[in-house]
Amino acid sequence: MLVIAILVIVPLSAIVLTMAGITPERFLSIAFSPRAIAAYELSLGTALGASAFDVVVGVWLAAVIVGERSLTGRFLNACVDVPFAVPTAVTGITLVTLYGPHGWIGALLARAGITVVYTPLGIGLALAFVGLPFVVRTVQPVIATLPQEFGEAARSLGATRATILRRVTLPLLAPAMLTGFALAFARTLGEYGSVIFIAGNVPFKTEIVPLIIVTRLEEYDYVGAAAVATVSLVASFLLLLAINALQRRLIRLRVAE
Amino acid sequence: MRRASLVAAVLVLGVLVLLPLASIVYEALRSGIGPALATFADPYARDAIGLTVLVALATIAVNGAFGVLAGWTLTKYRFPGKAALVTLIDLPLTVSPVVAGLAVLLCFGNRSPLGGWLEEHGIHVAFAPLGIVLATIFVTFPYVARETIALLNETGRELEEAALGLGANVWQTLLRVTLPNARGALLNGLLLCNARALGEFGAVSVISGRIRGLTVTVPLHIEDLYNEDNIVGAFTLAALLAAVAIALTLTRSALEHRKPTTPDAL
Repeated sequence: MLVIAILVIVPLSAIVLTMAGITPERFLSIAFSPRAIAAYELSLGTALGASAFDVVVGVWLAAVIVGERSLTGRFLNACVDVPFAVPTAVTGITLVTLYGPHGWIGALLARAGITVVYTPLGIGLALAFVGLPFVVRTVQPVIATLPQEFGEAARSLGATRATILRRVTLPLLAPAMLTGFALAFARTLGEYGSVIFIAGNVPFKTEIVPLIIVTRLEEYDYVGAAAVATVSLVASFLLLLAINALQRRLIRLRVAE
Repeated sequence: MRRASLVAAVLVLGVLVLLPLASIVYEALRSGIGPALATFADPYARDAIGLTVLVALATIAVNGAFGVLAGWTLTKYRFPGKAALVTLIDLPLTVSPVVAGLAVLLCFGNRSPLGGWLEEHGIHVAFAPLGIVLATIFVTFPYVARETIALLNETGRELEEAALGLGANVWQTLLRVTLPNARGALLNGLLLCNARALGEFGAVSVISGRIRGLTVTVPLHIEDLYNEDNIVGAFTLAALLAAVAIALTLTRSALEHRKPTTPDAL
């Protein structure tokens, strides 16, 4: 147990201890400088957007994969693992090349007047890629064990497909969707490697929170880096507690069935 | 309807996942196979591969051992604060890799008392391979522990209690009862941990100091090559790294698919 404490708590407390020498006012002015606030807003916004996108696409993909036991279904199932497996730096340079002005997809989008790289849209794209497996893998087992009776009963009572989806299926899936969303959100909020290549990294415009920390470090501003990292750490900790509560509820619900 | 949605799913995953994979290979081979292979002739690239293999092996060894021990203590014993500890194990999963790297740097860097003391005794952590290993362990620690905890929770304590009752000591019980039972879960966790360890970027880039030939891992070398406009080199190493990581992850999924009903079926 000492080992876990050394591995997890000691290094993390080093971040907080770094700010022992400064006053609370000074901490607040560093951690919530206008540039840092812009980064928090950008990171929160893009992570929320990407996770929401992942929930919509992920639930649909999971439903298709569960219903398809053919070779194609198994192949799609394996594809879902890819964003999780591919190292983040590889994802970064690949997406910026693919969606860049001369890339296979970027050239097509440029003709439609859409710029992806070096914009918040590009950050959201990278995050959506990284977060997708978390939603699919959380929702998939729940869809596979979804009780059929409720849907059949609703249909026999004259409900349309849309009504069944909205009033029966989605409420049953809601806890799993929320858990998948939280997992994807937690992962994408702190994501670094896949984002920095496509982000452009312009302060106040496309600078995410982890990048501010790295920038401060490169300026040897350890206190500045630790202050922003503390805010990020508090967010991670709250998210962890939320995810834990959600997962416990999910397990209880599945046991109850 | 079902056919249409299947076609749509193939299209979406094709654009989202397969097209990026295809483009890695395309960019690596755009000037032919010769220039791609020349990447491996560069001593810095070889050093990076060597370091990444070393870091991955060290991470597997440490996380494997700690994962089993954590799983053992957290499922076989009851003590106050256990629930908090189980939660804490998952913390690295939600912490940004950059924050994890910063934590290791501030803890073991030469500005901290601990780092200063180690430095005096000739042990370099920050901007050295040891720091890279520590940061990677931090980031990948939960993968093994989660798997073993989940499995050991399921198997209960009866077998261990029987072994202890028959006169085995704690180590014999751990090595001859618990470990063989947890073999599948352990392998599962180690494969996942290894895939992440090979590609870890954010945490490593903070602690590495980027000394070429000494503290540059493959993902960091990919970034350097890309920033130097050596696109073929960057994507060749990217293809290698992605191929290994995907192979490890798919092996794990395949193992999970034919989940054995008894531990012996492994």
